[in-house]
Amino acid sequence: MADAPRIGVYVCHCGANISATVDVAAVAADAESLPNVVAARHYTYMCSDAGLALVQADIRELGLNRVVVAACSPHLHEPTFRRALASAGLNPHLLQMANIREQDAWIHTDRESATRKACDLVRAAVHRVALHTPLDIRKAAVRPDVLVIGGGIAGMHAALTVANAGKHVYLVEREFSIGGQMARYDKTFPTLDCSLCIQAPKMTAVRTHENITLWTGSEVEEVYGHVGDYRARIRRRARYVDENLCVGCLQCVDACCYDGDLIPDAFNMGLSGRKPIYLPFAHAVPTVVAVDPGSCLNFTRGGCDRPCTDVCGRDALDFDQTPWVEEIEVGSIVVATGFEPFDARKATEYGYGIYPNVYTSMEVERLINASGPTAGEVILRDGTRPQAIGVIYCVGSRDERYNPWCSRVCCMTALKLSHLLCERTGAEVYNFYIDMRAAGKGQEEFYQRVLNDGVQFVRGKVAEVCDWALDPSEEGKLVIRVEDTMTGYVRRVPVDMVVLTVGMSPRSDSDELRRTLNVGCSGDGFYRERHAKLAPVGTLTDGIFIAGCCQGPKDISDSVSQAGSAAAEAIALSVKGSYDLDPITARVVAESCSGCRVCMPLCPFGAIGYAEPGGKCEINAALCTGCGACVAGCPSGAIRQGMFDDAQVFAELSGLLLGAGSGSSGSASGRVPPAVSLQPSAEATGSALR
Amino acid sequence: MTGSSAPANGTKPKQYSYYPGCAIKGTGIAYEESLLEVYRLLGVAWQELTDWSCCGAQAYMTVDAGQSCMLSARNLRIAYQSGSHDIVAPCSACYLALRKCKDYVERYPRMREVVGDFMPASDLQAIANVRVRHALDMLYVDIGPSAFRARATRPWPGGKVACYYGCQAVRPYSEVDRDGNPMRMDELLEAVGVPVAQWPLKTKCCGSSHTGTLHEVGVRMGYLLLKEAVRRGAEAVITICPLCQFNLDVYQKDMTRSTGESFDIPILFLPQALGWALGADHRALGLHRGISGAETLRRWFAGPREGASDG
Amino acid sequence: MTAVSSAAKRQPVPEGWTPRIVAFFCHWCAYSAADLAGVDRRTHCSDLRVIRVMCSGRVDPQFVLDAFAKGADGVLIGACHPGDCHYVDGNSKALRRFVLLRRTIEALGIEPERLRLEGISASEAERVRAVAEAMSERLRALGPLSRRAFVSSAETASDPNGEGAHG
Repeated sequence: MADAPRIGVYVCHCGANISATVDVAAVAADAESLPNVVAARHYTYMCSDAGLALVQADIRELGLNRVVVAACSPHLHEPTFRRALASAGLNPHLLQMANIREQDAWIHTDRESATRKACDLVRAAVHRVALHTPLDIRKAAVRPDVLVIGGGIAGMHAALTVANAGKHVYLVEREFSIGGQMARYDKTFPTLDCSLCIQAPKMTAVRTHENITLWTGSEVEEVYGHVGDYRARIRRRARYVDENLCVGCLQCVDACCYDGDLIPDAFNMGLSGRKPIYLPFAHAVPTVVAVDPGSCLNFTRGGCDRPCTDVCGRDALDFDQTPWVEEIEVGSIVVATGFEPFDARKATEYGYGIYPNVYTSMEVERLINASGPTAGEVILRDGTRPQAIGVIYCVGSRDERYNPWCSRVCCMTALKLSHLLCERTGAEVYNFYIDMRAAGKGQEEFYQRVLNDGVQFVRGKVAEVCDWALDPSEEGKLVIRVEDTMTGYVRRVPVDMVVLTVGMSPRSDSDELRRTLNVGCSGDGFYRERHAKLAPVGTLTDGIFIAGCCQGPKDISDSVSQAGSAAAEAIALSVKGSYDLDPITARVVAESCSGCRVCMPLCPFGAIGYAEPGGKCEINAALCTGCGACVAGCPSGAIRQGMFDDAQVFAELSGLLLGAGSGSSGSASGRVPPAVSLQPSAEATGSALR
Repeated sequence: MTGSSAPANGTKPKQYSYYPGCAIKGTGIAYEESLLEVYRLLGVAWQELTDWSCCGAQAYMTVDAGQSCMLSARNLRIAYQSGSHDIVAPCSACYLALRKCKDYVERYPRMREVVGDFMPASDLQAIANVRVRHALDMLYVDIGPSAFRARATRPWPGGKVACYYGCQAVRPYSEVDRDGNPMRMDELLEAVGVPVAQWPLKTKCCGSSHTGTLHEVGVRMGYLLLKEAVRRGAEAVITICPLCQFNLDVYQKDMTRSTGESFDIPILFLPQALGWALGADHRALGLHRGISGAETLRRWFAGPREGASDG
Repeated sequence: MTAVSSAAKRQPVPEGWTPRIVAFFCHWCAYSAADLAGVDRRTHCSDLRVIRVMCSGRVDPQFVLDAFAKGADGVLIGACHPGDCHYVDGNSKALRRFVLLRRTIEALGIEPERLRLEGISASEAERVRAVAEAMSERLRALGPLSRRAFVSSAETASDPNGEGAHG
């Protein structure tokens, strides 16, 4: 730091996002009078090319060697401004941002106090940046392999995209088959493509791709490391069948001595039963059976005659199999763990779980599927065929009691099911909707088509489904009570079958995986993207990307688009081969270190060593993540940290609190210039600057 | 009024603040008699709120929510000052008014201002520590079905009953029980051997708010409830709210007049049935007080065997 | 709710006074949540000034004392929830320091409520708003921090720009 600081301050209007609440001109004027500030300007969009050019011109023409940008969160545009500094020949770390948008203009309404706050934040940044030093960016190698978590449509598409780019993919799926929720659907909206027909080729491609290692029945247990160098432990459940030997002939299933198909088949939403040895579903990939140790007599009763083993010509059964762990090293991770259908039992007013003929939309998908439990015949739980069917929308969506969000796909799902039920049963189908949301390509057109099918539409949120009859026509029926908001009447509609179009919820264990991966969730529990618009598949953790419904409800087309995007991000990292690490690591100033070793247990990553000859501690920069726990803990103040050094934080504090509460009078007027005045009071500048 | 029968072992039992409300002291007196009798038999310590006032429920809430809330806040403050911080309200309307007051004061700055005009800020904060309990919530959570099962000594002499929860106990706060198909009353009664009919109208409006103004509408709503209860095999309806009980009890003749269908079935309070199982005297439980189904009640509870002890 | 009975001498509250709260927010959770509060436009009081640190475990007790010495009326440390720390357990380090620090400031004559530690996950934008409001309300009740009692001792203890001058 040979040169005296020459600081430029740039206050962004962000269109009117900031300037509507903060008097940007006053903030710039206030900054102008701060020590070491050579130029202070305000501009409509600092992040635009013109805004960046402004900064770069000042760096060259005014000889600036420090820059403060008062704009949005550093989460958003710090990289942008750092790049601008670098291309103007300044070390990118000689920048400090003051967050006057997210943490000021957007959360306040009073212009005067918001402006005051912006002045404070800018002053803090100016004080801080004076102590910034040029830092060298460390490059870390990126391992070329990619881990994809989840083998639904998004995970499969991401895996295939990465694999097709010539990079190796580990695809980890919890169930014993890939396919996800889409494998359950009968047809897809709005084209009425057979769901399995369009998905099966993808499943096969995943299975046979030379660049994909597919592990089903497996879960990510632990992930550590950082972008470019993630190490993951994958726990693989025992399926008690050798995946390489089984050919899926199912003779073992026929031979199994377990009496009857009594175990609820999860794939068919419990609408049918299976044996303890089973194929997950007819078109499962890999087409390999699995043994359920929870019901197999060999496990529950300590042995049976094992007719399954006898009948298997390939000796594929292996009852001695135990779970095992695979450890892999990858450069990036794509998370595509999907959603859970809303648990309709929670919405007690609709009688799911009380009245047998109330179904969820997921169950109906299986019920009308040719490979489903009834071979596509719509036969109800009580053995009857419905003459009248009520389809209820927004079950577990747009409901402040459970999930306030719109699940986006349910309107179309309901329309699709109405169309199919109408076609296959000839029943009278009633739809009960709040608003019809058919916004995607071809979707409004599909709505029109279903209207022409003769399906009935009642606009109103259903109050309840009950089984009490007001008059003889309702005897033995399920009665849907609803306010028809088009006519203003409360209606009672008797039906034989009720379909609850359930929304999408985050997976119940999404929080566990979130912790394992160190990514964030939004308030709704879905994984949070780095930026809603500009980084929709990134997370706050570099090198971890999200795709599909784990990020929020979406349909198949959007899931696939997002998966492709996440795959592209992973490929970009992998192809580039290296990654810039933020130089925020800590280092020990040997002369000040007393060798007390207090810092060593504070480091969560074991990055601190002790060198015996000199009796000093040393930090391994390759392992240091820059959390700063050791810096705060060192009793000798011997540990320095890039970008978060003690002196920098103290300077930020000084700038922030300049004039505040000095002396015991706690004078309110003396601490900050009023928003309109361009001239800070003399005592405010005078006291603390030198 | 207070009631306590401290156990001999010297440990001081939890004491509840008992907030009766107006209906309990009038038409719903049997509710109070039976609840306090159950408390006596179980050794529950309680203390009636000193100088309690109207809870501010019903119409008052819609006319001036602030004033109504102020009334409830006053009662909550008395409970806080008494040191018994669980306030038990047997009446669902009282329960809801008190519960709403706590919620509104917590949620809405405007409501804090209005209520704050009547009491110092420290008192306003203090009421956040008072727990508003409905009698059903208290009986189910603090005592519980298994304790009732263990203490039940007398078989149920009558037929099937339908549990009617009404609207205010479970909506909008699902703390007393869940708002769809609530089951706590059913579980308590089944625990003491009372046969329970399942029906889907447990929380459908009883029409109480209409009987004063749109009488025919209110009566029809009550009629739909009783008709369905009878259809499901119930010979009595058990309630947890004096307003529901009154409405279903006193207008049965009007129902008969307007529909031609004859109704004369007893409408009881939950602690009346529980108290019976615990061995209480039928008069102590107020079982002689019902208007409708008087004949049934006599047959069930004051038969020759019981009648003898009654005299 | 007990009435405030602290060693601090109560100052008359000057007209137009608003509390100055310095918030040390960890990059991953609390700071992200504060950003999200902005994105969601969860309007709240403007008393909070956020200083970003990578981890709440980075918050040196000296930062907190220095903030009080320089004029903060309250200090808030925003950390991840237990088990959520990006750096394994930095938040529990912050918690340990926080407990000791509260005692220390009380000994210095500062009401302990002026220092708060809050777990705020990246999704809890509403919590940022609620915590800011609650803390502001509390500080408004307490009034400006009287610095007479401790400023001299704290100033000698903290030498912000010097290296290795701690302790």
